[in-house]
Amino acid sequence: MTQTWSRARIWALIGYAVAAAAMFAAPLYLSDFRLNLLAKFLAFAIVALGLDLIWGYTGILSLGHGVFFGLGGYAMAMHLKLQASGGRMPDFMDWSGLTALPAFWKPFESLGFAFLAGLLIPGVLALILGYVTFRNRIRGVYFTILTQALVIIATTLLIGQQAYTGGTNGITGYSKIAGQSISSPDTKQMLYWVTAIFLVVAFVLCRFLVKSRFGKVLRAIRDGENRVRFIGYNPALYQMTAFAISGVLAGLAGMLFVLHVGIISPSMLGIVPSIEMVLWVAIGGRGTLIGAVLGAVLMNGAKSEISAQYPDAWTFIMGALFIVVVVFLPGGVTGLVERLKFRKRSVSEHEQEAVRHPAV
Amino acid sequence: MSKKPSVILQCEDISVSFDGYKAIQGMNLTLERGELRFLIGPNGAGKTTMLDVICGKTRSTSGSVIYNSSDGPVDVTKKKEHQIAGLGIGRKFQAPSIFPTLTVFENLEIAMRQRRSVFATLFARLTAEDRERVEQQLVMIGLQDKAPWRAGGLSHGEKQWLEIGIMLMQEPSVLLLDEPVAGMTDKETDKTGELLKEIAKLRTIVVVEHDMEFVRNFASKVTVMHEGKLLKEGAMDEIQSDDRVAEVYLGKRRNADASRSTA
Repeated sequence: MTQTWSRARIWALIGYAVAAAAMFAAPLYLSDFRLNLLAKFLAFAIVALGLDLIWGYTGILSLGHGVFFGLGGYAMAMHLKLQASGGRMPDFMDWSGLTALPAFWKPFESLGFAFLAGLLIPGVLALILGYVTFRNRIRGVYFTILTQALVIIATTLLIGQQAYTGGTNGITGYSKIAGQSISSPDTKQMLYWVTAIFLVVAFVLCRFLVKSRFGKVLRAIRDGENRVRFIGYNPALYQMTAFAISGVLAGLAGMLFVLHVGIISPSMLGIVPSIEMVLWVAIGGRGTLIGAVLGAVLMNGAKSEISAQYPDAWTFIMGALFIVVVVFLPGGVTGLVERLKFRKRSVSEHEQEAVRHPAV
Repeated sequence: MSKKPSVILQCEDISVSFDGYKAIQGMNLTLERGELRFLIGPNGAGKTTMLDVICGKTRSTSGSVIYNSSDGPVDVTKKKEHQIAGLGIGRKFQAPSIFPTLTVFENLEIAMRQRRSVFATLFARLTAEDRERVEQQLVMIGLQDKAPWRAGGLSHGEKQWLEIGIMLMQEPSVLLLDEPVAGMTDKETDKTGELLKEIAKLRTIVVVEHDMEFVRNFASKVTVMHEGKLLKEGAMDEIQSDDRVAEVYLGKRRNADASRSTA
């Protein structure tokens, strides 16, 4: 028994090693165009990890991660825009009639500040939202609706405050990052590796979290929040922590996304992208980290392939996939693999029941 | 060593109303340290609500619950659920509430008496001592062979034992058990009875129970509740020979049994 388990573990380690090698070697076998796409998908995988932590493991569905992603994205975009403007005011401010750079923009001239802001602002916002909701035991569907409201507030503010945020167009037109041209193939390759490294770091961090006793308490909260209370834990603190970490990861992903895509605008953090992020996790398999990563990469890969050939088909395919997953594969793709493994070991009905009905 | 008061829990004049419906009206309950107490009464007598008040699940409208913790007396009606649990009052619910996607071992591991902060659990290591404590508990509840199972795959009886185990891992001073043998087979009921006798040697236990046969197995004090009030308190013989009890409780037993079989 222990021998077969350790063999499974060895195979898993080999799998991870091969996947990591393939990821880091991608510049050798992918064209610049495809490498750039993959870099974007890897950034998405980081959001998916964060979402999985709060949804897959803790049972709290957030349809507002676009906001955290967007805040990270805007922080980086502000820095890049200032770099491109060469000490002058960004062009869109001029058009909106501003005469001087707003004070809150100034610190973003420093890459270090922008990077920290891109992590901390989403993290603190998540912490505050978590504090007011979880402490008052707002959960389930009500929490999910609140996160949607957050998205609407954020996009409305970003569009409305055009002079400070670039409005509907967002912030674009970058030239340099850390003194290098942002569009040169060399820089792009370097940024790809940076993203890959951050994905590995995020994955290792999440793995540490979910394997720790903290992670077991998170899963216990998903299974029965009240019971957790009666064994002496305060679930609100755990939910807040998980939600804040999840927000930080989304912010990190947003920063990397901007580096690869060269633009951030309100439409990239709206309702639809926020829901799409959840779909990656659902289809890949919530409650397993590798499922979240695969879901993000494969779904986005499929999206760009299919949209290229049949521009209108993707939305329908995504909707259909979602229905198939909800009805037939509640554990997503990784859940399917698990189920096949369990079938071999003939596990009781109850177990499958637990997979089928994780708390929303 | 300081002298511990012999009374561990004193509920005074507890009243609870739900939207005007008075579930409990001026109930008093005093528990001695190390006592095993049964709380019986017809459906709707307020037994479960009484346990809910003690563990903080339900807020009482008036009255106090003084708990003589190791740090002195505390009125737990002013505390939050997780604080009450931390003070040493454990609760087992009627429907087995365990963590189905955690393994049996993990269920006990997180319940273990330990620091409950986020930071502490992030860096907690399972020491050899911890492992031993969990394993001893597994033996006590008879689930040592099922440690790596997901708890959701256990039978009903096993889930009940696991929940008792979860509660014991917290090393509470007072245990509140709501119908621990409901829905169990005769064999499982007997095993649970043995388990309770074992636990009662060390701790104060309050058991809400419908099964009179089960209560008769224990020579201990019984409190009868009726319509949110204390009706009678004493040994089982006294209770059974009491006319008022016979009237309100035994007369309605048929109903109680019927509801239990559907539960």
